[in-house]
Amino acid sequence: MQIFHRSTNTISRATIFGAVFVVAALFWVAATVQRSPYVTYAGVARPQPAPFSHQHHVAGLGIDCRYCHTSVETSSFAGIPPTKTCMNCHSQIWTNAAMLEPVRESYRSGKSLVWNRVNDLPDFVYFNHSIHINKGVGCNTCHGPVDRMPLMYNYASLQMEWCLDCHRAPEKYLRPREQVFNMRYQEPSSSQPVLVDGQPYTDQLSLGMDLVKKYKLRTATDIMSCSTCHR
Amino acid sequence: MRNCRKISLLGALMLLLAGCRQDMHDQPRFKPLAESDFYADLRSARTPVEGTVARGQLHEDTYFYTGKIGNNPGDFMPFPVTEEVLARGRERFDIFCAPCHSRLGDGNGFVPSRGFPRKPPSYHSERLRKAPLGYFFDVISNGFGIMPDYASQIPARDRWCIIAYVRALQLSQNATMADVPSGEKVPSELPRFEEPGSGATLPVVEPKSANSAPEEPK
Repeated sequence: MQIFHRSTNTISRATIFGAVFVVAALFWVAATVQRSPYVTYAGVARPQPAPFSHQHHVAGLGIDCRYCHTSVETSSFAGIPPTKTCMNCHSQIWTNAAMLEPVRESYRSGKSLVWNRVNDLPDFVYFNHSIHINKGVGCNTCHGPVDRMPLMYNYASLQMEWCLDCHRAPEKYLRPREQVFNMRYQEPSSSQPVLVDGQPYTDQLSLGMDLVKKYKLRTATDIMSCSTCHR
Repeated sequence: MRNCRKISLLGALMLLLAGCRQDMHDQPRFKPLAESDFYADLRSARTPVEGTVARGQLHEDTYFYTGKIGNNPGDFMPFPVTEEVLARGRERFDIFCAPCHSRLGDGNGFVPSRGFPRKPPSYHSERLRKAPLGYFFDVISNGFGIMPDYASQIPARDRWCIIAYVRALQLSQNATMADVPSGEKVPSELPRFEEPGSGATLPVVEPKSANSAPEEPK
């Protein structure tokens, strides 16, 4: 007696074969979601007590990163400026702007402004700004075009694979130390060479290789060891 | 059979949800400047207890930390001025002072032009050219007029570096032909800006050739 129709043979073969693709697709979806801004918040501006525009202050006025982030060269933490730093200028300018009322209120009352952290690494990661700055990693290599961000967002995923991309081969990203804070730095090209100690470089890899030596970077094996970041 | 399926579904759901916990991401410790609900002002960063001195913060060298001898501003540098000191001074001046005082020190900085009630004074006035170094230190440390103090933003040594550079600016703006070393051309070539409007952009100096390449702008 025949219970199943003979087409069942084909259907069962197709589903067994198709299951491989279905499972693969599930993995692909999971991996994509995990890397998407839905999880990493990359490119998503966070609400802040005052709509501070880096674009206006950096590109518009030409204020250096270090005017506010004073400890970035010497400390693990770049430093969020106290309200007084805002008031250095805003006690004189835009003194009646409604947008700045939270800042003035904080200055009057002495209560801190509660900014929402944008670039937040997990707590099991040890990260130090100063070492990156002093080895020639530019601000915008990790933070993106901050001078073109009217509202702050994190540029990178901040995921481990992103950290490792540079730790595996830092020469892909290094630039001369004096260019670290230059938001419009351009990688060396044949039309725009980058000068280091009087020597012009026309491609990133040869520049990076020499900077690795000049700034005495640890070997890739060293900076890729688990305990470099997870200590 | 029904129950079995329900239980396994619940189990799978629990496993999935367990992955959503962020305990390791957000550990119960204070990151710099993080909020604390323990203190009334909600700050985890505390000021030192009154009367205590943190390591390296015992300011015994009063001239280095005040620029004053007794009550009067002194007129000497507390450490020798080298090329590195001037380079550091220039870098720090461009970060902290130039927004208002301009990179030339003539008071035509960009920020005041956006609506300050008055411009900062030029360093090249008779009064400031004759002012002792300690006076500048006092102004940077304690502010003057509408200028706020920069004590928290600029460490003492950097303040002195800036002052050395301000003196160099003053000399440069009041130089005569006699100060030009022989063989140098005046005026020198102006740096070319790639695009105007961004002070954060450094001037792009065209390399002339590999050997006579000009120094990279700092």
